[in-house]
Amino acid sequence: MIHIRQLHKSYHTEALSLHVLKGIDLSIEAGEYVSIMGASGSGKSTLLNILGILDTYDAGEYHLNGSLIRNLSEKQAARYRNEMIGFVFQSFNLINFKNALENVALPLYYKKVSRKKRNIIAMEHLDRMGLKEWAHHMPNELSGGQKQRVAIARAMISNPKVILADEPTGALDSKTTEEVMEVLTGLNGEGITTIIVTHEKSVADATNRIIHLRDGMIETETRKNNGIHETFLSPNNSTL
Amino acid sequence: MSDQLQEIIDTLKKNKMRTALTGLSVSWGIFILIVLLGAGNGLKNGVMQNFSSRAVNRINLWPGTTSIPHNGLKSGRNLSFTESEVALIRNEVEESRQITARMNSTQTIAYRKEYGSYSVRGVMPAYFDIEKLIIGTGEGRFINRLDMHEENKVIVLDKKIADLLFRDEEPLGKQVKVGQLMFTVIGINSKREQWGGPNAYIPFSTAQTIFNPNGKFYQISFTVDGLTTEKENDYFNESLRSLMSHRLNFSPDDQQALWINNAQKEYVETMKIFGGITLFVGIIGILTLIAGIVGVSNIMLVSVKERTREIGIRKAIGATPMAILKTIILESIFITTFFGYIGMMLGIGLTELINFVMIQSTNGKPVTDEPQMSVFTNPTVDIGYALFATIILIIAGVIAGYLPARKAVRVQPIEAMRQE
Repeated sequence: MIHIRQLHKSYHTEALSLHVLKGIDLSIEAGEYVSIMGASGSGKSTLLNILGILDTYDAGEYHLNGSLIRNLSEKQAARYRNEMIGFVFQSFNLINFKNALENVALPLYYKKVSRKKRNIIAMEHLDRMGLKEWAHHMPNELSGGQKQRVAIARAMISNPKVILADEPTGALDSKTTEEVMEVLTGLNGEGITTIIVTHEKSVADATNRIIHLRDGMIETETRKNNGIHETFLSPNNSTL
Repeated sequence: MSDQLQEIIDTLKKNKMRTALTGLSVSWGIFILIVLLGAGNGLKNGVMQNFSSRAVNRINLWPGTTSIPHNGLKSGRNLSFTESEVALIRNEVEESRQITARMNSTQTIAYRKEYGSYSVRGVMPAYFDIEKLIIGTGEGRFINRLDMHEENKVIVLDKKIADLLFRDEEPLGKQVKVGQLMFTVIGINSKREQWGGPNAYIPFSTAQTIFNPNGKFYQISFTVDGLTTEKENDYFNESLRSLMSHRLNFSPDDQQALWINNAQKEYVETMKIFGGITLFVGIIGILTLIAGIVGVSNIMLVSVKERTREIGIRKAIGATPMAILKTIILESIFITTFFGYIGMMLGIGLTELINFVMIQSTNGKPVTDEPQMSVFTNPTVDIGYALFATIILIIAGVIAGYLPARKAVRVQPIEAMRQE
């Protein structure tokens, strides 16, 4: 599903140049449940943004579902984001003047699905998230957990191949974290490749594969086999 | 398209404050522009009206008292005109067109039991055009050449006199007593005098015979053509003074022997000032339009800027830059057109209201019949200018919405979403 080779990314400002990703090699197969951990500044969110085509990379290769993701036009990038990828953000990123139903339905607007049809589909997804009664509430009337479930419903509405979640529980309490992780784990159970960036061990432990980043390189990888985690050190401290 | 329109209307409805503030800015800009243009037009119309109440190319002559001895004659002689001066001007002054001698006599005019003391003017047919009198349909006619030739005892009354004497009766064809003689009413003038009045008008020849047997009178009015500059008018005045000085035997340098009122010269001078006023109003209009453009642009810029995060979110869920751009531009067009139209209508409404109040305050008479001098008349704006200004502001609003939106949609979604 996802294959990246020697991925590099730097940010340049007037004052300094920051080499954030320093040659990442990573393959994630369809249906995998992966978490990416690391300290602040290790490059985990940058990696997720590149995977989600929200940001570009400087060097290397990134293949998504067999297609090379490089020098895409804005239109092509939009199509990938709309059809292949569902995003879940720490700060939910709901549009505050649209109610829950309208937020969930929005990706279908850009797929030119009729208003009536997209509202029906959006309501089904909200129902799945247990939020049917909250469909016509504005984001500021929802709790953190509810907002995140709305965001997950929005990510799911286009039937994406991959769910990318950037600190999805970062703004939630432990009980709500559990609820949200249950939802994400359930989605992965349906065969959707799920990649979560987190700094919470309990969240990472829910996944089957944990990638540890350090200073823009993969340090170790932990895989769960029959409920037991096995950790492998990266052979060259950047490649697995 | 209808789905997109619905999406736009939903967005505008759910962002009431932003929509209202943007709309207010657009409406206010256009409203102020139209009111200012209206005020400029009111000033222009006021000045024009003051000139249009009489022929602008009018020359009035009054004989005075000599102040310089001339040809063995002492100073202090009182001069007067006779009909030969009228003929002289008609024949010798190339620029002259219509001409009338004028004499005034205050007389009692009576109809049955109603009477009053009024100024009776002996005038020639040209007086009608020179003074721009108004005789409407069914209100008779003015004095003509036959009346002059036959010294008919006919009279044209100002409407105010006719109303006072005849009340509900039809005046035309009725006999009124002027002094001791009966005159037939042949016309009703509905133009009201700016100064003095009301007046009654009789043929000059009749007036001379009845009220002025010595043939002397004290005013000649005539129109001129071809004097377009101040210099030409000055030269004309001097030539006229010289011509009349030979006829009336006074020194051409004697300014008090003949009074010349050259309305054409005043008109030319005022038009120069008026050119300045027009320029001033034009500059105010352009500056207001620029202020409006800046205001509308600014609010559209801020409006789009504050949506950068929303644009990032929309891109993250699969919106193409073109789809976002299209939405924002359509929103800009919708807001500027809708609120621009409201501003335009309010501006036009206010200027029309002021005009209506001004008309009402003159007892239902059109303002052009207002007897007082006015510097502010009909402050309305031509619909073409109003539409032009509105369209310019709409275009400015759309461009102002487009530029930051284009910039915003080019930003990587993740960058845009970080904006607060």
